[in-house]
Amino acid sequence: MTTRTIKDKTAIVGIAVSEFSRDSARTEYSLAAQVVKAAVDDAGLHLDDIDGLVKDISDGIDPMYLQKAVGIDNIQYASDSHWGTSAILTGVTAVAAGICNNVVYYRSANGASGQRAGNDFRAAKEMWDESLDLLRYDFYSPFGLLTPQGLAAMVTRRYLHQYGIDADELAWIPIVASEYAARNPRAVFYDQPLTFDEFLESPPIVDPLRDVDCAPDVDGALALVITSAERAPDLRHRPAIVMAAAQGTSTEGELLSNFNRADIAGLPEMRQMGDELFRVAGVRREDVNAAQLDDRFASYVAMQLEELGFCDRGAGAAFCANGDRIRLHGDLPVNTGGGFLGEGFLYGANVIEAVRQVWGTSSAQVDDADLVLVASGAGGPADGLLLRR
Amino acid sequence: MTLEYVPGIPVLRPYVDPDNAPFWQAVDRHKFVLQRCADCAIFFQPPRPMCPNCRSMDALEWVPSSGHGKVYSYVTFTSDRMAYPAMKIPYSVVLVELEEGVRLTANIVDVEPEDVYIGMPVEVTFNNPTDDLTLYQFKSRAS
Repeated sequence: MTTRTIKDKTAIVGIAVSEFSRDSARTEYSLAAQVVKAAVDDAGLHLDDIDGLVKDISDGIDPMYLQKAVGIDNIQYASDSHWGTSAILTGVTAVAAGICNNVVYYRSANGASGQRAGNDFRAAKEMWDESLDLLRYDFYSPFGLLTPQGLAAMVTRRYLHQYGIDADELAWIPIVASEYAARNPRAVFYDQPLTFDEFLESPPIVDPLRDVDCAPDVDGALALVITSAERAPDLRHRPAIVMAAAQGTSTEGELLSNFNRADIAGLPEMRQMGDELFRVAGVRREDVNAAQLDDRFASYVAMQLEELGFCDRGAGAAFCANGDRIRLHGDLPVNTGGGFLGEGFLYGANVIEAVRQVWGTSSAQVDDADLVLVASGAGGPADGLLLRR
Repeated sequence: MTLEYVPGIPVLRPYVDPDNAPFWQAVDRHKFVLQRCADCAIFFQPPRPMCPNCRSMDALEWVPSSGHGKVYSYVTFTSDRMAYPAMKIPYSVVLVELEEGVRLTANIVDVEPEDVYIGMPVEVTFNNPTDDLTLYQFKSRAS
């Protein structure tokens, strides 16, 4: 392995999140412009200090238009990235390599009110008709299998079968998420903690996934500012140092429909990503004080705990049993802002929550959050961060 | 149960391109073929332009499949929020591991959703949702 490393070279120094709603009545362009300016303000920087703009492939506002909206002339690095929140790795890399001084990562989506693959079958078809993923997806759509929930349910069924897990054993993942969300005024499910009985009464949406196993789509936007570790101490917040950033991909990979892997009941990209994170950071799993995982689907939290090395394969549901280990004072508090399940599904919200934990400003603050792990992209290309004080 | 389509709503058609066309052209003739690398004797699904093992583009061939396999996983659409509107709920989609080793999704017919199970022997069959569309599907097979 190379001796050059991004370890401790960069920091997240500013964050911004819009309101999460079911209908923003605004354009994604407007939401993006709002949060980019707010994140730069939050860092104590000026928009003219920003020389890089990065975003993920699934976010529609091109940096060229965003640059115009917020009035920055001197962007010298703009990039569209891979899935999940891997554009953060792009931004970290650009700063660590000295290409940029200050990079803004942003995402905005009218995920609930707009046309999106997750909430409308025909919209999904229309979107995928324009993409290279077509060849793969068209082995699913003629049979009425197209929404992400349907694809995730197929993997979940196999996962439950392979490890002898009862679907109800996954209940504690949405329940604990709802408890955290109940403390987070920004969350869609603020003040609506879920009981075990309510979980059991929740209808299946695509059997074996229940409605409460799937994160609600929301309209919203978020942004964060990445700068060098040298500059970071001069800014407004205590820096969240990026100890490691990594991505994991896999052969025979697709977005959620990885049906031709030798074993579909796992997330090999997540394992690859996690192993690289811990290798680069040089820390152990037990050093992690909180984890902000990708809980778009509850079952994928169990699989992530396994693939990231917090428990054995097949033991993720047992890890979450009764919720105590993933609650605030447990071994590994998970998704302390409520997660996508409680806060609403917008990739990057878990990164924002990780920064808040390191800053000490979470609505469910972990004592001594010295090291926080983030993972995104469960079921596809994975990416993640280890942030420290 | 029989798979029921809702009149007036189009069934989503497969997207056919030069990489996968032989598969769907065979389905049109009620034949079931799989892509294989002749040199490596490895089957692929979904179809692709190159053998990822030997990287040959010339050794790819299409061979008849037995169409026999077992249910590897399945889902049942019970809510009209997630079901495709052209299909009456409940309907199941199975992921079948064929004898050749590759897995394909399709609807399963002549089996109630609650009677589908992982490991269930199935075989391929064909249906015509509309006059100009042929799809493959699976039905149970005596083991």
